[in-house]
Amino acid sequence: MQTLVAYVENKPGVLNRVASLARRLAINIDSLTVGPTENEEIARMTIVAHTDERGAHRLEASLEKLVDVLVAENISSRAVLERDLALIKVAADQQNRPHLMELIKVFRARVVDVAPESLIIEVSGTVDKIDGLLEVLRPFGVLEMARTGRIAMTRGSDLLQPPSPDAENSTLEPANSSAT
Amino acid sequence: MKLSGAEILCEALTRLGVREIFGYPGGAILPVYDALGKSKLHHVLVRHEQGATHMADGYARASGGIGVAMATSGPGATNMVTGIATAMMDSSPIVCITGQVSSKVLGSDAFQETDITGITMPITKHNVVVTHVEDIARTIREAFVIAKSRRPGPVLVDITKDAQQASAEFDWDACAPKLPPKRIRNNHDQAEFDRAVELLNTAKRPVVLAGHGIMISGAIRTFEQFIRAGNYPVAMTLLGIGCFPAKDPLNLGMMGMHGEAWVNHAIQEADLLIAIGMRFDDRVTGDLRTYAKNARKIHIEIDRAEINKNVKVDAALVGDAREVLENLTPHIQTRDHSAWIRHIHELKGDSAVRDIQSLPDTGHLYAAHVINDLWKETHGEAIVVTDVGQHQMWEAQYYHHNCPRTLITSGGLGTMGFALPAGIGAKFAKPDSEVWVVVGDGGFQMTMSELATIVQEKINLKIAIINNGYLGMVRQWQEFFYDKRYVATPLVAPDFVALANAFGIRAERITTRAEVSPSIRAAREATETVLLDFRVEQEDSVYPMVPAGASLHDMIRRPHSPLVETASDA
Repeated sequence: MQTLVAYVENKPGVLNRVASLARRLAINIDSLTVGPTENEEIARMTIVAHTDERGAHRLEASLEKLVDVLVAENISSRAVLERDLALIKVAADQQNRPHLMELIKVFRARVVDVAPESLIIEVSGTVDKIDGLLEVLRPFGVLEMARTGRIAMTRGSDLLQPPSPDAENSTLEPANSSAT
Repeated sequence: MKLSGAEILCEALTRLGVREIFGYPGGAILPVYDALGKSKLHHVLVRHEQGATHMADGYARASGGIGVAMATSGPGATNMVTGIATAMMDSSPIVCITGQVSSKVLGSDAFQETDITGITMPITKHNVVVTHVEDIARTIREAFVIAKSRRPGPVLVDITKDAQQASAEFDWDACAPKLPPKRIRNNHDQAEFDRAVELLNTAKRPVVLAGHGIMISGAIRTFEQFIRAGNYPVAMTLLGIGCFPAKDPLNLGMMGMHGEAWVNHAIQEADLLIAIGMRFDDRVTGDLRTYAKNARKIHIEIDRAEINKNVKVDAALVGDAREVLENLTPHIQTRDHSAWIRHIHELKGDSAVRDIQSLPDTGHLYAAHVINDLWKETHGEAIVVTDVGQHQMWEAQYYHHNCPRTLITSGGLGTMGFALPAGIGAKFAKPDSEVWVVVGDGGFQMTMSELATIVQEKINLKIAIINNGYLGMVRQWQEFFYDKRYVATPLVAPDFVALANAFGIRAERITTRAEVSPSIRAAREATETVLLDFRVEQEDSVYPMVPAGASLHDMIRRPHSPLVETASDA
């Protein structure tokens, strides 16, 4: 599994281009999240892909060839903070509810909706943590689940920012003349 | 100044230096055609939109500029797909402009509506739909920048009819390209550079693999300096042909599936490959597990995605070929590779010096004869545009190109039907040059309707059909790998001479060796288009051949029969 972060133009069709590229390279995307950044014209993507390092290099380099992708970076080998968020609706009756609450506490999850027959649990953390909670919830009966997919950020001073608007702007216009 | 979107488009194209547009009108692009009529742009009416894209492609490759193709929405646009994919695979900068239904009915399955940006997404470098008149000029300017920058490729601009019809203030300066700020990741890694220098200076058996990128980057002179500095033997990819003179003793010729035996052997024996502007295509490497096992590899390439894609390299220098070579050449210290070059010449044996013209005339006409005589008669100076198949490989083997951009051919996609329209485009790019279309009887029948375009435009093109009555390359594979079961390869063709005459084009049929040169000479003297129908040996094959997936050194060699011994190599 490889994790890539990309800054892209925040406009229609870009997600399609990114997804279409992965399809063309026969790389299976495990999760893809898109969200706004401080700059409203730029969105940030976290792509988790089923591939090896070589595949990730191809994906990264090919992504950067897309006009609408400003930066793509494989951060798999770097110190990275990763988070996934899940809403889990689990069956809960009067009898097992206390036991369920214990587990939720252990996983530092929280209950965000209570109904007579079920609870909705919100949990965030690494994929492993959420998978772990799911494991213990399953015997109670998981009725529904929604997960965001991973977002990732490199730790500390290892900054990953979009290029500044004036850095490498291609305003050069080629003349349509003979050249060799 | 207030102009309509259509007028803005024409004005922008004119200011970008466009002279010719290859296209076909239709409902959704009609406003533009109306404006074209009032502009100074010359529109070349094609007979099929695929032809328009190949013409733009041929124009771009011959000129080094950008070719422009135009079509209407729906079927007009989808007919462009093959030409766009061809340009994409060969990094050819073309801009395709398509009309689109009005923005108000987009997505409603309106008459002749098709999602052409969706369709062409994977085969364009970039594409965009324009729905507002204010965006037309800037988008076209951006399309020209994108098509030509770094690794070139096709860009499609889809303009809705209402955007063409609406009016807006036209201000050229206000619509400068505003492309997203990109990080350009040229390789500035000193360690990688130093490793490359060390490899260059310690190699005993280096071979340079020269590709299309050398031409694209305009690195012809820099490349020659690099070769001279290191005294490196040069092997060329199909699209690299012309980047280094064929007559130079350091030029070994074409590598790969139909490369000459000594070239492929040299690559397999080399201890260093210096790949420049090429992408280790499977037609070049053969089986990757056995490819150049003794060699370290330096890859000079502008497209990062090509690094380590097929062949793992020891030093990757990402950047423009000219820039990288300019930096690299001063560091070359070792240039004595005489023993190695001598060895390669021994591999060649007498096969390279044998002259095809001294072969006895057995009454059989071979394609190699035709190509050889064409080369001699044109002094190797013509622009030759080939189609795809056997004749394409024979051309690459027997026409010795000394100048860049004189061989124009569909390499990556292998698009049959490319030659005739691409030849028309090349002629528009280089009206004073002699342009020969060399095409098989199969490929010619795919786009021969463009003969009418030639007549309508009154251009002077020379067409040589290598007519063997088969889809020759496929037949060859059936001969070698399918026990001679010639399924769907015998090909009935019309009488090409009568056909050409019906279009009003002069034509001649040639069936013997003795007629070849005189017919070429007569065609060259003509000031109009001439078509020559060469009836060549039907079951001739291209040798040597590395079967698909086999090792590069594992070649099927030319049989020692005087009948098929048509080449300068035996």
